[in-house]
Amino acid sequence: MFDDGTPIYRQIADQIKAEIMNGSLEPGGKVMSTNQYAAFYQINPATAQKAFRELVDEGILYKQRGVGMYVADDARDRLAADFRERFFERVLAPLVREARQAGIPLTDIIDYLRAQEGALQ
Amino acid sequence: MSFTVNLRGVSLRYGSEDALADIDLDLEAGKIYGLLGRNGAGKTSLLSLLAAFRKPTAGDVLVGGEPVWENAPIVSRVALIREGGDFDDSDSVKAVIEAGQIRPSFDTEYALKLAERFDLPLKKKVRDLSRGKRSVLAAVTGLAARAELTMFDEVHLGMDAPTRDAFYKELLAEYMDRPHTVILSTHLIDEVANYLEEVVIVDRGRLLRHADIEAFQGMGATLTGPADAVDALGLAALAEQRLGGTKSITVADALDAPTRERAAAAGIEIGPVGLQDLFIHLTDPERKAA
Repeated sequence: MFDDGTPIYRQIADQIKAEIMNGSLEPGGKVMSTNQYAAFYQINPATAQKAFRELVDEGILYKQRGVGMYVADDARDRLAADFRERFFERVLAPLVREARQAGIPLTDIIDYLRAQEGALQ
Repeated sequence: MSFTVNLRGVSLRYGSEDALADIDLDLEAGKIYGLLGRNGAGKTSLLSLLAAFRKPTAGDVLVGGEPVWENAPIVSRVALIREGGDFDDSDSVKAVIEAGQIRPSFDTEYALKLAERFDLPLKKKVRDLSRGKRSVLAAVTGLAARAELTMFDEVHLGMDAPTRDAFYKELLAEYMDRPHTVILSTHLIDEVANYLEEVVIVDRGRLLRHADIEAFQGMGATLTGPADAVDALGLAALAEQRLGGTKSITVADALDAPTRERAAAAGIEIGPVGLQDLFIHLTDPERKAA
């Protein structure tokens, strides 16, 4: 279920983000409790709590005291911006580096991307 | 209410041999700790001090803020469960469970429920139990003790994989139901990693590391790439391997951003180190003490 390299709490945070992006968690919707997460994934409740704390800090979730955690109304917009940033960092930056190592001119890559997008439309 | 643990300059000597030397350790109340170490590293000695089974040769052992040695009110709320349990072989399973009631917090109803769940034959004598069932009985008495500090010393050893899994599940459920301080001593790290909040590693009688589980998970890295480029990073390697012009090293510390960038630019692949591997490297006898 979890991979080795990334702390579990971050993987849970990422999963909640993915659920918000794909619509299975709606803005304003209630999120499962820390203990429910811990029991479901068989993890320490403090780990689940860390994931929630991170999402609250990022403005993705908000806490209703004594009631539970909810998805922020603008969570999807925030995540879209976040996703864009990570796309450049994780996908495009290595691509540019590898292309340089292989001696592939940037113009070839741009041509290829245009052709691919053309094929999608 | 659950117990804190504080060790101050603690040593334990058996004859001329140092089982533990100058240990300082603080554990907060209400967390699940993993106590890791090779065989003979001092895990059992450490837990024996916390349960007041032994008296330290030097230093202070505080549980719940009080010296634990000869402190009955504290000791009655501390449970140390050793593999195979400390049972009288001629007792029946039922008698062992009933004997647990000597502890005020012992929950007999819960113990019987667990016995049924784990398929423990109540009428059987302890001596007729398999090693696995004996470990299960030990685990059941530990869970049902409902102590403020519960320690399981390699209790999983006799259990098969599905039973271990069921035990960890039950432990987590009991912990969430009633948060208290738990110490799991083991060397099957990967199996329990997700249940832990903090990890303590002892090695050759000394405290080697104590940190959040996340710190351990992010701690090491493997770097694989052209040997020259890997060497040029100048990192202290715990272990290294060479295959032709390619070199792979394992480091114990998290890599900082500039190192990551330099490595990536030099075509070096960075991968995670599993906790089990990190533990093996950190406690390698060939390695000089950190």
